[in-house]
Amino acid sequence: MKNIFIILSKEIKTYFASPMAYIVAAAYLAITGFFFVASVSDAFSEATIRGYLAGATFFMIFMSPAITMRLIAEEQKLGTLELLLTSPVKEAEIVIGKFLASLVTVSVMIFFSLYFVILLYIFGDPDSGPLFNGIFGLILYSSATLAIGLFASSLSPNQIVGLVVGSGILTSLTIIDFISTRVSGIGSDILSFLQLGASFSVFDLGSLGVAESGHFADFSRGIFSLIDIIFYLSITIIFLLLTILVLESRRWR
Amino acid sequence: MIRVEHFYKNYGPYPAVIDVSFEVLKGEIVGFLGPNGAGKTTTMRTITGYLPPTSGNITVSGYDSVKYSLDARRHIGYLPETVPLYLDMTVIDYLSFMGKIRGMNSKWINQRINKVIDHVRLGDYRNTLIGKLSKGYRQRTGIAQAILHEPDVLIMDEPTIGIDPIQVVETRQLISELGEAHTLLISSHILPEVSAICPRVLVISDGRIVADDKPTNLSSRLSGTERIELGVSGVNNRDLISKIRTIKSVIDVRTDNRAEQLDNAKKNNYIPIVVDAKTDGNSSEKIAKIVVDSGWGLKNLTPLPMSLEEIFLQLTQEK
Repeated sequence: MKNIFIILSKEIKTYFASPMAYIVAAAYLAITGFFFVASVSDAFSEATIRGYLAGATFFMIFMSPAITMRLIAEEQKLGTLELLLTSPVKEAEIVIGKFLASLVTVSVMIFFSLYFVILLYIFGDPDSGPLFNGIFGLILYSSATLAIGLFASSLSPNQIVGLVVGSGILTSLTIIDFISTRVSGIGSDILSFLQLGASFSVFDLGSLGVAESGHFADFSRGIFSLIDIIFYLSITIIFLLLTILVLESRRWR
Repeated sequence: MIRVEHFYKNYGPYPAVIDVSFEVLKGEIVGFLGPNGAGKTTTMRTITGYLPPTSGNITVSGYDSVKYSLDARRHIGYLPETVPLYLDMTVIDYLSFMGKIRGMNSKWINQRINKVIDHVRLGDYRNTLIGKLSKGYRQRTGIAQAILHEPDVLIMDEPTIGIDPIQVVETRQLISELGEAHTLLISSHILPEVSAICPRVLVISDGRIVADDKPTNLSSRLSGTERIELGVSGVNNRDLISKIRTIKSVIDVRTDNRAEQLDNAKKNNYIPIVVDAKTDGNSSEKIAKIVVDSGWGLKNLTPLPMSLEEIFLQLTQEK
């Protein structure tokens, strides 16, 4: 536990000591702000954050791997991974510490975007259920995407490889519902179950939204859905385990 | 402190290390010598617990490197070949992180950081970003992290590679100082370095240990001959050489043509010669006896170690 905290605090320090975190945060606020405004600027629009959630889930396909790409790749490149792994620290502690650091960083960004919510309460009468459910779901969703990004970062000492592979996996899990409508039977069910939540239809500004059949749909409607919570937690845990396996794989080679 | 027993390591089907056994006792400084790709780094990585052995046992400070890996690691300070540094941290931040990750409490860390920084002479750079340090100073930072937690065993993989000659000398001196308090295992493919620092040398070639001895003993033991530098006055060259040839164990006698020797000889007025003899013949004694019995002046009688390069080539090309 103590080691996890040591790694976590070191990584957070590194994030906020470099311009990277601020640039990504600025982009996040700008892009989600655009979708938020687009969704509430009509004369009779609903006071919801569905536009924000759609923009955020979509942007995280690229942002999460960008945040996690250096976490393990850089340690491999600098040779510091060898140092960590010859210190009295377990692989799992390293992976969890780094994952939590990225989750804290993203949560801070989400926190700063909450002024959207305050605006809604000032100028409208929003339904609190979908609001807080949506934010809660967004944190779960980001943890799944960050775990995937961290896994991608462990595959190569090259950060760009981590970014491309991570975004690739996330994009696949996003367009998977498009594919699932074109196959039949159980295959279709499985594919659509894997849909992570974001939707490329976010660019259709008329129907701003998240994937209708995806795991994020219920959160953005304000429904507290246990199966979706379990889905995101499972994805997170599976990819963290895979990352630990990649680090341990040096032992079998 | 370090005990390696019948250690084998395969990478896939390729054997990298074959049946290596050795022991490093407390306080020893051992040089690990071999050409590139001989298995030095693999052996060191296995001792530090980074890689598991394919078979065989390795213990560090009494802890098995696989079963009690975390305990073993606590007793090891390790400097890998590429010095592992976070370039965006200052020296102090880096050392303090390394201390924490090794389970040191903050009081101990603060105490040690100042000592260690003084020890490796990094004082002026304690708040400098590591990315801005020169290679030699990065090397020192790497050594500083390795000794921070007062480990019993210090393992350094090619500690002087890629730094300039002045810093090489300083680093060597630093390593020699470290040997006073730690058990040291240092790898290198640079021969003079090992003979300068290490009283004991393990030579590894193609994954096997081919020699384990003092640098000075290696020569005589392996070639079966020793070389003696001799300076005699009061006699002419020919008489001296023919007289020494009569000793049974002597293989060859010739004039010493090295410039430095000739100078010395001229200054002190003696004849310099070199004698190659079998190691088991007590040649030095016999030579001294002949010279003295003949009434000549014995000015110099020094056993010469064969140069490490010669031994090394012999050892690694034997098969």
